[in-house]
Amino acid sequence: MIERPNLKYVDELAGDDVAFRNQFIAIIKDEFPVEKKEYLDHITQNRLKETAEMVHKLKHKFNILGMEKSYQLAVDYEKELLMGKTDGKLKFMTVLNAIESYIKTI
Amino acid sequence: MNCIIIDDEATARAIVKQLCSKIPDLDVIEEFDNAISAIKFLNQQRIDVIFLDIHMPGFSGVDFVQTLKDPPHIVLTTSDTNFAIEAYEYECIVDYLVKPITQERFDKCINKIESIGSQPSKSQKTTQPDAIEGEDLYINIDRRLIKLKLSEILVIEAKGDYIDVKTEKEEYRVHTTLKKIKEKLPEKLFLQIHRSYIINFTKIIDIEDNSVLIAKNVVPISRSNRPELMRRLNLL
Repeated sequence: MIERPNLKYVDELAGDDVAFRNQFIAIIKDEFPVEKKEYLDHITQNRLKETAEMVHKLKHKFNILGMEKSYQLAVDYEKELLMGKTDGKLKFMTVLNAIESYIKTI
Repeated sequence: MNCIIIDDEATARAIVKQLCSKIPDLDVIEEFDNAISAIKFLNQQRIDVIFLDIHMPGFSGVDFVQTLKDPPHIVLTTSDTNFAIEAYEYECIVDYLVKPITQERFDKCINKIESIGSQPSKSQKTTQPDAIEGEDLYINIDRRLIKLKLSEILVIEAKGDYIDVKTEKEEYRVHTTLKKIKEKLPEKLFLQIHRSYIINFTKIIDIEDNSVLIAKNVVPISRSNRPELMRRLNLL
């Protein structure tokens, strides 16, 4: 089952600081689609080293959004890519889609 | 104290900036999405602390540290623990924060920096790893004494009445026990992580839940030895 992203970590960090919360949401709304596109470009072209770099970058967002299992999935997928394998591609894509849907709601 | 933040991800920079905002007397004076721009800045301005993402495309955090002649205190921020050992070979690296960073952990980091004070740090590697270089261990195989460099040993595995000593180049089977060889090994370099395994601590590539990756060897960590391994990681 796919984990639901959440802003628990960000809320803890923000406390009463609404400005930070809003700023963070704005940043992730900007940054995530760009990184997802970059990831898709690389994986489509079978550039596995570059794909692994993007997975590394994206997995940090899984952590921030409280998706620990998805983070582990990304860790494994990154290693796979560096070994020339793409077995985790579909599962990783599911996580990306879940985040994409979620950030449209925040 | 003043500081700068270097991270290629805007979300990560925003988080570190927020963490800094909770610390009185810690001012974030600049943030950078790449290390090259930071080097230019550091040539013009003296700062106390750098929060540095170690994993950046093109020019990594370690590359960056090596370019600094008179570095301030550096705190590494990363999603991985893989680089921890290499990182602590640099005196200027005072802490290693694994993302997502909690305020509690960040506060500890700041306390640590404050306790160190503003003494100048050095970008050169510490001499500790060199101190054991050149130290050798002689093993008896078929009446021949073969010299092994301690620093080249990766893993030692118990196999009944024998042990297998795996080095970077070869593997040797020696008639002795793990307990006996452990007494001959420097504690700073070697650690028993399982009833049947001693590892060269500096050769760790990766640590997962219950195993350590050393070169191509996946070595199990026993539950009883895991706390010591984690303590050593923190100390380094």
